[in-house]
Parts: sequence; structure tokens; C-alpha cells
Amino acid sequence: MRRQILGLAVASLALLAGTAFAQDKKVTIGVSIPAADHGWTAGVVFHAERVAKLLMKEHPGLNVIVKTSPDAASQANAVQDLAVQGLDALVILPSDPDPLVNAIQQVKDKGTFVALVDRAPSVNDSTIRDLYVAGNNPALGQVAGEYIKKTTPDAQVVVIRGLPIPIDQQRQDGFDKGIAGSKVKVLDRQFGNWSRDDAFKVMQDFLTKHPKIDVVWCQDDDMAVGVLEAIAQSKRTDIKYVVGGAGSKDMVKKVMDGDKMIPVDVLYPPAMVATAMELTAGNFYDKVPVSGTYILDATLVTKDNAKNFYFPDSPF
Amino acid sequence: MANVATEPAKAPKTSKDWDMAAVAPFIALALLLVLGYFANPNFMTSANLLNVVTRSSFIAVIALGATYVITSGGLDLSVGAMLAFVASLMILFLNSGTVADPALALVAGMALAIAIGAVCGLANGLITTVGRIEPFIATLGTMGIYRGLTTWLSQGGAITVRDRDILALYRPVYSGSFIGVPIPIIVIFVTAAIAAFVLYRTRYGRHVTAVGSNEDVARYSGISINRVRTVTYVIQGLCVAVAVLLYVPRLGSTSATTGSFWELQAITAVVVGGTALRGGVGRIWGTICGAFILEIVGNIMLLSNFVSEYLIGAIQGAIIIIAMLVQRSLMRR
Repeated sequence: MRRQILGLAVASLALLAGTAFAQDKKVTIGVSIPAADHGWTAGVVFHAERVAKLLMKEHPGLNVIVKTSPDAASQANAVQDLAVQGLDALVILPSDPDPLVNAIQQVKDKGTFVALVDRAPSVNDSTIRDLYVAGNNPALGQVAGEYIKKTTPDAQVVVIRGLPIPIDQQRQDGFDKGIAGSKVKVLDRQFGNWSRDDAFKVMQDFLTKHPKIDVVWCQDDDMAVGVLEAIAQSKRTDIKYVVGGAGSKDMVKKVMDGDKMIPVDVLYPPAMVATAMELTAGNFYDKVPVSGTYILDATLVTKDNAKNFYFPDSPF
Repeated sequence: MANVATEPAKAPKTSKDWDMAAVAPFIALALLLVLGYFANPNFMTSANLLNVVTRSSFIAVIALGATYVITSGGLDLSVGAMLAFVASLMILFLNSGTVADPALALVAGMALAIAIGAVCGLANGLITTVGRIEPFIATLGTMGIYRGLTTWLSQGGAITVRDRDILALYRPVYSGSFIGVPIPIIVIFVTAAIAAFVLYRTRYGRHVTAVGSNEDVARYSGISINRVRTVTYVIQGLCVAVAVLLYVPRLGSTSATTGSFWELQAITAVVVGGTALRGGVGRIWGTICGAFILEIVGNIMLLSNFVSEYLIGAIQGAIIIIAMLVQRSLMRR
């Protein structure tokens, strides 16, 4: 503990000394993110690389190194490799936070500024990171629930879950809170593993099992693709709309175009990694206090605001 | 379902035991149908059964190829990744607009998919036979390559058919039907009939079984082991390509996760169908039955109200093991 405090003191001294050098000072920010293995992480990679370029253009002395890793073990190695190159700051979106705690702690103990994104380890306080940026999982469920409660007060809803991990449970709890006290009824909940093909199967079976479904909440835009196809093939007309989540370009486009089946989307933006990068750069160049916790809103994307969240060049 | 149950009659009738072993998967399937009937009254509706069988078409067709590979004593772990790779290339071709006319573009795209599938299979075959690398390792390697290339092509996101005309033209291949039977089901049975004919009635088919049964004996009998094995991988590649032709019209899109773990499902279907994992015994109709069993187990779990969504995986595993035990006990008689 004493070493950490000492480390922090040294770090802040270094920061104070550093800021005296004004604009052209040399800063290296390492960005460690999961490899693009599905839509959302592909979005993370896209936005990390996009904003890395923007930041380096803005600050000539700044060097941003973006590294992707397919799993927690190789990400731990990647963090060590980055640290060897002499980092002033590390922005990390851990593929699995707890196995990476040690690797992050080592970097932090050297006095490096650490920004943690999205996935928090069990101990998530200033001993391990300076900055925490995350989406709001409970709100992602709650916003969807409240929208359904408002637009279709006595809807019969089927829910397609992701994988049995804490994030998914938080979303479910948020959803239950969102529809609490209304006549909205959840007919069924099953796992679709955040996969289009599995969501297609689950939706087909829901359609067989339940003669009347008003709304589908599948909390993920990838799964919404499979859900829409299953509904289209069944030629059922009782389903009023589908609520996904995340903010993929295809679904945001549908919202923008006024598609009746996808009236809204709930944001869980992969661009949050860029928020952390901007804040970290701000810490070094703009002398603004940034340490703390930032929880981004699960914004409801509607036809009116959709164009603000539409990135046609993004893979996601 | 009635015509399925009569299929084993086509299996070779060498002795009574053979018949029993071939019939066993169908008895397991029949028991599952009964279980399904009690789980949910909607299970036995033709709409549900057609949905489920249609859905199983990808795994069923891939598993037909896997039956050849496994019968000859090989193994192919790359099929799921290969499906994603071939499908992605096919969609990219359709999007490239090389051929202006939608119908012609579609035909060209389908031919391209078949060709790429055969080449991917050939690569697997040559690496295992000429390169003399264990099939498990060789195809684990190509699995990584096909999956990685797919992820790279899609930049981690999705690859989607952009031309609406092509998609409209192509969609009926998955969702359409011919005299009331969905097209994918017809494809399953036609492909299986061809596969059964080649495996049971041609010289090449007997060579496949001989090579898997005893490599040395086959070699001394003058069979070119490498050629026979390589061709089984090409057949597997062709089967993957046929599955691609059915897969692309469904969602009109692939992603980096398309087809993940399908290799395990295909191998399970083959083994549940009665083909020996060590090679030498191949059962085409059993494989089809195995693919149906896998899909129906999942369907029953979802339709029933008494299984917690957290326990589905465990119960699926248990049902597959019980189905295998039923088979084994029937074979011992």
C-alpha cells in the first residue's frame, strides 16, 4: 500500500513537471483492447483506431499505440509488451477483467496513468486505475423496459438473453425494474448467446410455443438480425416490434429510416473506448482533472436522434 | 417423419446385427419425438417439425461430408470456419457486382462457392496426406486460418448481401418450398442419397471404408490411401459449400462468429448416427438422423416449460449420452 501511495505521488509529481512543458511534450498512450471477434469488439477496434489518429493529429508530441489481443492471456502479455515501451498512460478494455488484474496492477504501480474501460474487476478503485469509463448495463435493460411499458402497456414480451455472465444478469434486472408495476408480461426468457444463428433458432421456437407475442426484447443488435428473419419467415403479424441494443450501424439505420419493426435502439456504444482515450489525452495536455468514474448513458436512439449515432464506415 | 423411419432399409443388409446398429439412431429419434410430444403440444405440429428439420440442414449436410472423412479414418475440425470463410467470399463476390444480371450473378456466386469449398477441402486433404500431418492438428491449423481470414475480411463485423434483387431472388432457397416440402429438406435428402450411393454402391466408397478399417490391408490390396483420403476431404469441402448455399439466403449475412463450434456438432451428429469415430464404418442415413436428433433436443428444451434456461446445456448433454446408451444396448442384442 505504501509503495502504491509513493508510486502515485511520484506519478503526480511527474505529471506536474510534465505539464510545464506545454504543447509539444512527448506522451505515449498504450491502448489494449480485445481483438475484433464479434460486432461490438469490431466497433471498439474501429473507434480506438479512428480516435488514435485524431488525437495524434491534434497533439504532435503524442504517440498512441493500439494493440488488440484475442484472449485474456495474450492481452496480459500485450500489456507487458506495451509497458516495456515506456508508457505514460494505459487505456485498457480487458477481455476478461479479473485474470488481467495483476498485469494492470504492475503497470499502475510504476506510476502509469491507467484508464479502465467497460469491464471492471471485482476490486475497481483508485488502487488499480485512475479513470473508469463504462456503459450502463442495468440502464440498457431499464431503458428498453420503460420504452415497452410506455408504448405497449400490456404487451406480452419474449426475452432473448446473451450468455450467462454478470453483464447479462444486470441487463435482465434492469429490464425487470423498467417494466415493474405495469401489465407488461414476460412470457419466456432463453439464451441466444449473442449470436445471430442461435437467436434465429430461439425466436423460431418462441413463435411455435407462444401463439401471441407483442414485443421481442433481445438486448443486442446482432441477435435482432436473427429475430427479424425468424419473424419474417413465420409470416406472423402479431409481433409489433423488436428492441435490440448496442447501436450497430444496421439497426441505427433501420431506426433512422423509420422501420416499424425496429422503432428504437438502446445505446451501449463501442466508442466508449474513445471517450477514455480523449479523457486520458486531456489529462496530459489540457491540465483538466479527469480521474474518476464515467458511466455513459444508455441513450434511447429514436428516429429524431439516430443520425448522431450512425457510423456508416464502422464494421459494426 | 414416416419416410425417415423407413430409410435404414437401404443400409447394407449383411447380417442381423448390422440392421440393428443402423436402426438404433432412428429408435432414439422416435423416443425423442415421443418426449417432445409430452413436453409441448405444439411440438408435433408440422410447422414446428418442418422448422426444426430445415434448421438442421446446415449441420446435416456438413455431417455427410464428415461421415466420409471419419469413415476413412480422418477428422476435419475446420468445417465451421470453412463455412464462414466460403460464405463470406460468396457474399463479397455477390457485392462486387462483377456480373450485372442478378440471376447470373447468383449462379456465378454459387458456382464460386462450390469451387472454393472444394479447394479448401483439397488443402485440408493435401496437408494431412502429402504433408503427413495428423488430421487433428492439420485441420485445427486450417480452422484458425479460415476463421482468421473471415474475421479479417469482415474486419470483425458482418458481411451482408447488399443487392436487394439478388437477396429477393435467393431467399426462397432457404425459406421456399416445393410441393409443401421446404427446399433445405429436399437438399438434405438428395445430398444424402448421392452420398449413400457413392459410399455403398461404388468402388470408391468401398475403398473409403477399407482405408478406415485397416490401412495396411488396404495398402497391400493396391488402394492408393492418400488419394482416397484426400478425396474425402474434397467431398467434405463440397458438402460445406452446399451448406453455404443454404446458409447465405437465410440471413444474407455472415460474421466472425458464423459457424463456430459447428465442427463439433457435425462430428457429434456423425457419431450419434452410428459411424465409428475410429473409422471403417460409415452410416449416411444415421448421420442425417443424428443431425435431426441434435436439433430436436434443443427444440424440445426450448418448448418445454419445466427446464430452467440455465440447465439447457446439461440436459442436452445428458440426452445425447442417453441416446447413445440406447443405441449401444440395442447393438449388443
